[in-house]
Amino acid sequence: MSVVYIALPVALLLAIIAVIAFVRQVRDGQFDDLETPPRRILFDDVEAHKKESN
Amino acid sequence: MSVTSVKTQCSHCKLPVPDGLVDASAEHQFCCSGCKMAYQLINSCGLDSFYSMVEHSDQTSANSAAREDGFEEFDRESFLQNFAKPLEGALMQITLLLDGIHCAACIWFLEKLPSMLPGVLDANLNWARQSIRIRWDAREVSLSEIARTLSRLGYFPHPVRVNKDENRRINESRKHLIGIGIAGAAAGNNMLIALALYLSWFSEMGSGMTTMMRVASCFVGLVSLAWPGRVFLRGAWNAIKTRTAHMDLPIALGLAVGSIAGLVNVIRGTGEIYFDSLSVLVFLLLVGRWIQFRQQGRAADAVELLYRLTPKKARKIVDGELIETYVDMVEVGDKLEVRPGELIPVDGEVIDGHSEVDESILTGESRLVAKSVGSLLMAGTKNQGSVIRLQTSAIGDDTRLSKIVELVEQASHNKPQIVQWANRIGGYFVVTIISLAVLTLIAWLYWAPALAVDRAVALLIVACPCALAIATPLAISVALGRAASRKMMIKGGDVLQVLNQPGMIWLDKTGTLTEGHLEIVNIHEYVDIGAMAVALESNSNHPVARAFVKHFKLDENAVHSLSCVDFVEHEGMGVSGCVDDQDLVIGNQALLRHFNIEINEQDRCIAQQIIDAEMSPCWIACNGKVAAIAAIGDQLRQDSLGCIQQLKSEGWQIGILSGDHQSIVDQVARRLGIAREFALGQLSPEEKVAHVKHSMEDYSTVVMVGDGVNDSAALAAATVGIAVHGGAEASLAAAPVFLGQQGLAPIQDLLSISRSTARTLRWNFAIAIGYNCLGATLAFFGLINPLVAAILMPISSLSVVAMSLHSGKIRGNHRPVSCMLDEKSPGKLIAGNGNEFVQFDAEQNTEVEESGIL
Repeated sequence: MSVVYIALPVALLLAIIAVIAFVRQVRDGQFDDLETPPRRILFDDVEAHKKESN
Repeated sequence: MSVTSVKTQCSHCKLPVPDGLVDASAEHQFCCSGCKMAYQLINSCGLDSFYSMVEHSDQTSANSAAREDGFEEFDRESFLQNFAKPLEGALMQITLLLDGIHCAACIWFLEKLPSMLPGVLDANLNWARQSIRIRWDAREVSLSEIARTLSRLGYFPHPVRVNKDENRRINESRKHLIGIGIAGAAAGNNMLIALALYLSWFSEMGSGMTTMMRVASCFVGLVSLAWPGRVFLRGAWNAIKTRTAHMDLPIALGLAVGSIAGLVNVIRGTGEIYFDSLSVLVFLLLVGRWIQFRQQGRAADAVELLYRLTPKKARKIVDGELIETYVDMVEVGDKLEVRPGELIPVDGEVIDGHSEVDESILTGESRLVAKSVGSLLMAGTKNQGSVIRLQTSAIGDDTRLSKIVELVEQASHNKPQIVQWANRIGGYFVVTIISLAVLTLIAWLYWAPALAVDRAVALLIVACPCALAIATPLAISVALGRAASRKMMIKGGDVLQVLNQPGMIWLDKTGTLTEGHLEIVNIHEYVDIGAMAVALESNSNHPVARAFVKHFKLDENAVHSLSCVDFVEHEGMGVSGCVDDQDLVIGNQALLRHFNIEINEQDRCIAQQIIDAEMSPCWIACNGKVAAIAAIGDQLRQDSLGCIQQLKSEGWQIGILSGDHQSIVDQVARRLGIAREFALGQLSPEEKVAHVKHSMEDYSTVVMVGDGVNDSAALAAATVGIAVHGGAEASLAAAPVFLGQQGLAPIQDLLSISRSTARTLRWNFAIAIGYNCLGATLAFFGLINPLVAAILMPISSLSVVAMSLHSGKIRGNHRPVSCMLDEKSPGKLIAGNGNEFVQFDAEQNTEVEESGIL
């Protein structure tokens, strides 16, 4: 169990990294619009290759 | 129940194609060339998936009129400077507001703009703001081209200036999110560490390990306190400094005591630590505040309101020439020209011409105000008489309209009474808790001194005022947000409280109980008077006037060729004027009496027949003699009867206050089961106010439902004034509630929301009190250890937050929630609320035969 002496600090370090990344992204504006992304999940990945057929 | 005739559907917008445009040989039918162009464009880009994704809203939004705008303005240097942002090289960026966005298909579609227009690099839609951010290469495509494409597709673009308010909101939102992120990370990690510590009670954990865990817990906990948690500490400090009560006080007390005691215990090496509970508490409280913040943003946004109330374009006079420009680009001192029928774009002073202006949007008075050289004009008002020229004195944020709108927005930030009350409770709470803690300390010092401090600290930590701290404002915010998403704008939470007490509801007739569309059902003509009548009535915006214009469907030229002078609108009676040198009078009997026009027996009979058929007779007299009698009708809304019965069963007394004929009002009242003494017609705005005030002596809650423009005085006088559709945003100055949809159903919803909110608040208080009693008791008897605290505290917070998120729900299944096209029957929509579905006729917006349970 003594591995926990290493594992715990590493876990906390990972958490800190995640938080830093989150804070940076918030400041960058990724989370400014929370209304539009939920509607984007409805989109299918349809390729628009039909230009030639017209 | 009307049966629809089978009409061909437009392949693009699904609305019916006029019979004359149906082309039997073509594969696809279109209702207009706009749809045809849009369809072809969509097809040529291979984007017909659009049609499978589109949702149809219950409003026919096809009235974003195909404007003849070439958008050349967009390419001008001055325009680009004001609205567009240059990026590196020739790249530019702009945000445009779009009309006509209504569903996910629009988002998908518009974001494909780059594939439709080479040169556009990026198109990003913001649903909440209804705006699109476009990045384009100025060398490959011009902004006007982009604007034209958007317009052709059916989305009319407007430029928008980013204002400082917007930035402030974004920054606040970011701060909230950062706080939540850090608090959440801390809470989660602390809980894991705490789990290890709990398990150590049941089996062995080495002292080294235990110490490390405790130190880690302490570290994470202090981080959580220092950064996200400092909001509470600061709030409490401010409250102490200003000697006001605030919910932050008990929270800060718990946090501070818990942290200090925990820190001491970690250093000492023995004793309980509560950092896990504290971290979770901070996290939950911040989440509650963030939800509140978001809901507040959903209610009327001052900028958007202002935007909708003022025109987008203005006519500038430069060196004697007229240049059309965007209102945002007008400067103080610019001379502008405003034609009759147009909205005045800025505050200013008349420099040339004289006219009558409709200032109802600001004053609520529908009487026209005369303006001449030197008179002051206000943005948002409508010029009715003739052309005037003005010199700009205030623009944008400085106009009087903007100030009013700001007031509205500020009012919506005012803390409702119940929140103020909750804050005061916070003050008492702190005092009570501290006394209890001291009591515990003393008691235990007497019985078992070593445990005294621990017991007292446990009490201070466990006593959580969350229910009051977040739950009350949260419940109200959620309710208001829910209402806003159903197009009910409510200014302030007090309204919800007041509506819980049934009292008296005064209803306006036209538009609320009836469909609101006055129509000429038939007309007894002695003389062919149609063209002249329309020529006269087209000068007025009154519903009766509009009914005339609609009925005769005359060609513009035929009407304009008739000269109309001396037009006078007689309030409550009708209009008069001189068309083609003949004196024309159109109105009710009172107007005819005013002009001394006689009504013979035969005409009186016809009029009586009209009244018996539940319609209003409208007299048209030419040169002093009756020329025609029109029967004007307004159908009762289908849901009126049911709603009235429901309201009565809830204990409300219903009455009608209307400016219309007493006999019509009586009939409506009879059909709806409203007592005769409460159905009052032929009232002037002043009389309505008098009745409202009078009824306030008998009933504690008096609700007035009316047109925001004409009834604004009565609305302001009532306990709760509800302005309904048609009253426009002007009503917000007078009434705390504005309903965006017609009919009585929204009022029922409002009452339902109010009840639901009250229920939630009661539950929250019950939970809070129950929890705190339990917690204090357990702490006193030494039964609180970190595990118990960690279980109890989140339960109380979460249960209260969860309850609050349910507040403002609408009970009752008369409101369809979701709508979709019925594949099998074109022209029909299926609307359902999860349990039942109803089929609507898309064209006529009425229920069709089939409905059922899913």
